[in-house]
Amino acid sequence: MTEKEAHITVRDLTMAYGDFVLMRDLTFTINRGDIFIIMGGSGCGKSTMMTILIGLKAPAKGKVFYGDVDFWGADPQTRDRIIRRAGVMYQGGALWSSMTLAENIALPLETYTDLSPSQIREVVKLKLALVGMAGFEEFYPSEISGGMQKRAGIARAMALDPEVLFFDEPSAGLDPVSARRLDDLILQLRESLGTTMVVVTHELASIFAIGDNSVFLDVSKRTMTATGNPNQLLAETRDPNLRLFLTRGEKS
Amino acid sequence: MTAHGEMIMEQPSADTLKLILSGHWKLGGDLPGADKVQQTLQNKPGVRNLVFDTGELASWDSGLLTFLMNLGTLCSRQNIRLNRDGLPPGAQKLLALALAVPEKTDARQAEGRMSFLTSVGSQTVDLFQSIGEMLEFLGDAVVAVLRLLRGKAQYRPADLGLIMQAVSAQALPIVSLICFLVGLILAFIGAIQLKLFGAQIYVADLVGIAMVRLMAAIMTGIVMAGRTGGAFAAQLGTMQVNQEIDALKTLGISPMEFLVLPRMLALALMMPLLCIYANIMGILGGMVVGISMLNISPIEYYNETAKAVGLWNLGIGLFSGFVFGVIVALAGCMRGMQCGRSASAVGDAATSAVVTAIVGIILSTAVITVLCNFLGI
Repeated sequence: MTEKEAHITVRDLTMAYGDFVLMRDLTFTINRGDIFIIMGGSGCGKSTMMTILIGLKAPAKGKVFYGDVDFWGADPQTRDRIIRRAGVMYQGGALWSSMTLAENIALPLETYTDLSPSQIREVVKLKLALVGMAGFEEFYPSEISGGMQKRAGIARAMALDPEVLFFDEPSAGLDPVSARRLDDLILQLRESLGTTMVVVTHELASIFAIGDNSVFLDVSKRTMTATGNPNQLLAETRDPNLRLFLTRGEKS
Repeated sequence: MTAHGEMIMEQPSADTLKLILSGHWKLGGDLPGADKVQQTLQNKPGVRNLVFDTGELASWDSGLLTFLMNLGTLCSRQNIRLNRDGLPPGAQKLLALALAVPEKTDARQAEGRMSFLTSVGSQTVDLFQSIGEMLEFLGDAVVAVLRLLRGKAQYRPADLGLIMQAVSAQALPIVSLICFLVGLILAFIGAIQLKLFGAQIYVADLVGIAMVRLMAAIMTGIVMAGRTGGAFAAQLGTMQVNQEIDALKTLGISPMEFLVLPRMLALALMMPLLCIYANIMGILGGMVVGISMLNISPIEYYNETAKAVGLWNLGIGLFSGFVFGVIVALAGCMRGMQCGRSASAVGDAATSAVVTAIVGIILSTAVITVLCNFLGI
């Protein structure tokens, strides 16, 4: 078996809000082309971890490497260049409410490419078709359902053909069928594009269905206690907190 | 180096066209379009199959996919079979994913322009609807005030205190600045004219009466419409977006009493006090001009102002302030409560609140002026 290439490496990282240390000593690697799950209970700092990975919040200590580039040690221009190759789907989709779906997806293309308006229209159409929403170009976010907003959020995140896609709680607030469809979509996109996917979630069904690799942030110990394939972790772990989390609190 | 994609077309048999794709098929690069294939197909009407050879394709992204999507549309229109076997496996899967859900053509919204008459009709209907909603809101507010007078209104006195502080003490700096400058401007304009007749001393009368009777109340009202009315609309609009107002309703608490009433009371009570303060600031502004430009002593200026400004003027000014306070609060709260459920709707609500309040202030000023004239005061 060939060794996978490291895409993002987190080393000795500490997350803090002022003097309050949320998590410390975090070290893990996200391989290129993997679906990597950041999991843990409510308040453990999963979303904060994502904000650090996408450059919105600096870590209190430690390093994040994209390939071999020290992300937080690099100058702002380098950071911008790296983050432009990433797409982010926020929890509620975070679509700009005053713009149509087409305009939402077109904005990054208009900002960062030299494509003509007709080419942008074609790309917008393609991205919406990829998430199963062809024909919804002229709709405003308020006119579509929560699940559709999330899918449109993915279409926007994919606008610039990113190398890595981040998902913050993709299935939160969705019914089981829609959540499953979204999981399938993530799997299909990874399979077709080979994009690295980083998913922040505590939804067990999603974790087991799509995760190639994962890290477990233990809120009681304020650090990570496990990393590996979620199904394998469930089978092998002896950590009572991780077992409790992966079995939904059921006693073994 | 610019990404560059190339396409060569071959016809291995009479009914098959082969597209040989090579180079970098990436967005932003120089890529051939589906129109070239269309031109070739027009010249070769016997073609029923389209096949691909991508052995020389170096790299690809959405640039290739948009080309293939356009090609797909072209082929389905001309009844030509598009064979995806020769495409890179990733592109095949993505194409299958994109075409898995058919385009929802009936989902597209109508973009057609309204005719002039339809537009006038629709706006007239909207206007009457808006007047109806305004009257309904006003009625609800009156009912809430009546319940307050009977001691039955549900609101938190602590909220009232906080809102009173926010709309009075915290507004003092901006009211000071605006009213001082208005007094100054009035005195400047008056001084130039009155100097011609040697009647400089009457600058104090002009500034005093104008400020106390009308200008202080109007300027404070407009400042409060922008500062507080907009804030009320944004607060209540955000509560609407977050379903906080729905939560109040389901608990059986009237949003009109819990949210609107304290805001209306706070502004109605504080506006007259702000008007008194604005009067002083305006007169001080006039006094600065009187002393520095017209050589009037402060005592002279004060005496002339006290002589000119009667209690009726003060009463009318304070009453106007009270009315403007109610208008600003009602406009802000009404637009906030009518807010839609998106971020842009909150912005629209705030804008609309300011516009409604200013229009209301000007209209009520006209009514009060006509009434005063009618009553001879």
